[in-house]
Amino acid sequence: MSATKLLNKSAKAAARKEKWRRYLSSLKYAKHTMFHPFDGFWDLTHEKRGSFGAATTYLFLFLLTHVLKLMYTNFQFITAPLQYINVFEQAASLLLPFLILCLANWAATTLFDGKGRFIDIYTAMCYALVPFVIIQLPLVFISNMISFDEAAFYTVLMSVSVVWSVMLAFVGLMQVHDYTPGKTFIFLIFTILGALIIIFLALVFFSLLSDAASFFVSMYRETAFRLN
Amino acid sequence: MKMMHRLAAMLLVIIMFASINTAQAADDGYAQSYTYNYDYWSDIRESPDAYRVADVIYVGELGLDTAMRRPQSLYIRNNDIYVCDTGNNRILQIRKEDQGYSLVRVIDAVQGCEPATFNTPNDVFVDVDNNLYIADTNNERIIMVDENLNFLKQFTKPTDETFDQSMKFLPYKLVADVSGRVFTLVTNVNKGIAKFESNTHFTGFVGANKAKYNLADYIWKTYFSTKEQREKQESFVPTEYANLYIDEESFIYATNIVFSEYDLLWDVAQPIRRLNGIGNDILIKNDRYPPIGDLYWVEGNEQYGPSKLVDITVLDNDIYVAVDRTRGRIFGYDSQGIMLWAFGTSGNNEGAFNSAISIDHMGKDLYVLDQNEGNITVFTTTEYGQLIYDASAAYLKGDYDGSAEYWEKVVEQNANYNLAFIGIGRSLMRQDKFEEAMEYFEMAHDRENYGRAFRLWRKIWVEENVVWMVIVLAVLLIVPIVRKQIKKRKMEVEMYERNQVAK
Repeated sequence: MSATKLLNKSAKAAARKEKWRRYLSSLKYAKHTMFHPFDGFWDLTHEKRGSFGAATTYLFLFLLTHVLKLMYTNFQFITAPLQYINVFEQAASLLLPFLILCLANWAATTLFDGKGRFIDIYTAMCYALVPFVIIQLPLVFISNMISFDEAAFYTVLMSVSVVWSVMLAFVGLMQVHDYTPGKTFIFLIFTILGALIIIFLALVFFSLLSDAASFFVSMYRETAFRLN
Repeated sequence: MKMMHRLAAMLLVIIMFASINTAQAADDGYAQSYTYNYDYWSDIRESPDAYRVADVIYVGELGLDTAMRRPQSLYIRNNDIYVCDTGNNRILQIRKEDQGYSLVRVIDAVQGCEPATFNTPNDVFVDVDNNLYIADTNNERIIMVDENLNFLKQFTKPTDETFDQSMKFLPYKLVADVSGRVFTLVTNVNKGIAKFESNTHFTGFVGANKAKYNLADYIWKTYFSTKEQREKQESFVPTEYANLYIDEESFIYATNIVFSEYDLLWDVAQPIRRLNGIGNDILIKNDRYPPIGDLYWVEGNEQYGPSKLVDITVLDNDIYVAVDRTRGRIFGYDSQGIMLWAFGTSGNNEGAFNSAISIDHMGKDLYVLDQNEGNITVFTTTEYGQLIYDASAAYLKGDYDGSAEYWEKVVEQNANYNLAFIGIGRSLMRQDKFEEAMEYFEMAHDRENYGRAFRLWRKIWVEENVVWMVIVLAVLLIVPIVRKQIKKRKMEVEMYERNQVAK
C-alpha cells in the first residue's frame, strides 16, 4: 500500500518536473521566434514548441512592462499623471483590446480556412509581444541613466520594440493560419473591423442588460408599493 | 488614567488652536483666496493672493454729478489716470495723491478745431509730453491736443485706396509711439492696425490677422451652396483686434477676442500678440501652454467659453497683464510667456467685475475699469506678489542667487509654484549642487534643466566610481575565461587518465 503510494508520489513529482521542464523550454523558445519568426512561429503551434503557460507569462510581463514604464520611467521621457493613474485600469486597457483582437481574428479566419485555433492565435500573439518586453523593460531602468539630450536613443529603441513586435505578430498570424502575406493583411483589416463589432455588441448587450435590470427593479418597487 | 488626562488636555489645546486659526482666517476678508495658477497638468492650484483690492474709485466720490456711462478705456501716464467716459462724451483725468484720488479735470471739449466736443470717444493715449491722442470715434477722427487742450493735429479717413472709401472711418483704439506715429484699430476694417505717420499721413496697415478657413468649409461654400446662401454666410475674413498697448521698446501688444474655442488648441488663435515693426508676432511662448488665459472652463456654466482678453498692459521686465471679459479675471505672464498668477471673478463685490473692459498699471498697481459698474478697481501687490516681481527682476538683472533667495520665500508661501522651483534649481546648479538642483527641476517638470544638471551629476558620479566600475567589468570578463581554462585543464587531465587506463 505504502509502496504504491510512494511510487505514485514519485511519479507525480516526475510529472511535475517534466511539466516544469517543458514550461521552461517553451519560455526559452521565445528566443527562436524572435530571431527566426517564419520557422519559429510554424513550429510554435504545429510542433507544439510553445505552451499556454509560457504565452500567458509573456502577456503578463507585457502588461507589467506597460505599468512599470508609466510608473518608473524618468520624467524626462514619459510624464504620466501618476496622481490619476489606476494601475489595474492601465493593464486592463491593454489586456482587453488584446483579447478582443485575438477573438476577432479567430472569428474572421476560422470562416476562411485559417488553420489556427483560438489558443494557437493567442499563443502566437503572446510570443510576438516578447521584443516589446525585452527592450522596454530595461529601458525603464536605462531612462534613469540618460539625459533629455540623449532622448533619441530612447525613442529609437522604443520604436524598434514596437515595430519588431508588430512584425512578429504579422508573421505569427501568417504561419498559424498558413496564409499568404496578402491574405494575412486583408484579415488584419477584418480583424480590426471584427473587434469594433465585438465592442459594439458588448456595449449594446450591457446597456440592454442594465435597462432590463432596471425595468425589473422598478417593477418590483411598483408592485411592493401597490401591495402595501 | 494620567495618560488619558494628558491626552484630553492635548486635544483641548489642539482644538483651541484650531478655533483661533479659523477665527483669524474669517477676519481676513480673503478667507477664500481667489488667486490661482495652473500646474504642470493644467489643473488649477490655489495660490496666495498676488494682488488685493486697495481701493475702488467711484466718480461720485470725486465730486462729479453724472456717473460714468459705459466707459471704454483707461490710460495711465505718471500719476494721472485718464478715463474715456464714452457714454458721456468726455474724458476724466484723475490724479493719484498721497491720500486717495482727486479729479483734475473733465475734458469734454478742445480748443481750435471743429467740432470742439467729442462724439463717443473710445480711447485715449497720452504721450511723454502729456499730449493727448483721442479716438473720437463717431466724429470719424483722431485728434491730438497738447496739455492745455489746444488742438495740434488730427488724423482722419485716409484717402489712400487701400482704405475702402465707401466705409466710415471709426477708430476705436489707438496707441502712439515715441516718434509720434499713431497706430489705430478701425471698426469694420480687418486689414490690421492702421498706421499714420506723425504728419497725419496714412501709411498702410500692419499685423493683419490671417484669414482662417478649413477645406471642408471651402468646398461646402464653393460647390454646394447657392448664391443666396453664399451671400448670407460669413465670408472668410480676418478678424479685428480688440485692443492695443505699446510698451517701452515701442512694440505693440495686441489682443484678439474673435476666435473659436478650437483655434486655441494649436495656438491658431493667438489671443495675445507682440508685434514688431513689420507686424510679425514675436511673443515668446516658452510654457507648456501659450498665454491664452484660462486653460479650461466648466461645461454648462453661464460664463462658458475661452477667456476674452479685452485689454493688456505691460509692466517692467516685460511682464504683461491681460484682463478677461468672460469671467472677469486678470492674468499675469512673464517675459517667457509663463503664467505668474491669475485672479479675479465676476460679481458685484469688491475685487470682482461685472464687465471688465480696460486695464492699466501705475508702478506695480493695477487699475481695472468696469464698463457696467462705471468704476475703477485698484489692486496692489501683496508680499507674495511683490516677491515674484522681485525674483524675476533679479533674475533678468543677472543676479541669479539673489533671485533664488526671493524664490525660496515664494515657495514658503506657495509650494505649487514651478517658476520658483526652476529659479532655485538654477541657482543650486551654479553652486555645483547638481543633485539638489535635479530635485527642484523634477518638481517643476523642467526636462531641459534637469537633463543639464543630470549630465553634470552623472559625469561626477562616473569619475568617482570609475574604479569600481572597471573592477566589476574586469571580474565579469575574467571569471568566465578562468572558468573555461579550469574546465579545459580538468578535461585534459581526465583524458590523460582515461588514456592511462586504456593502456
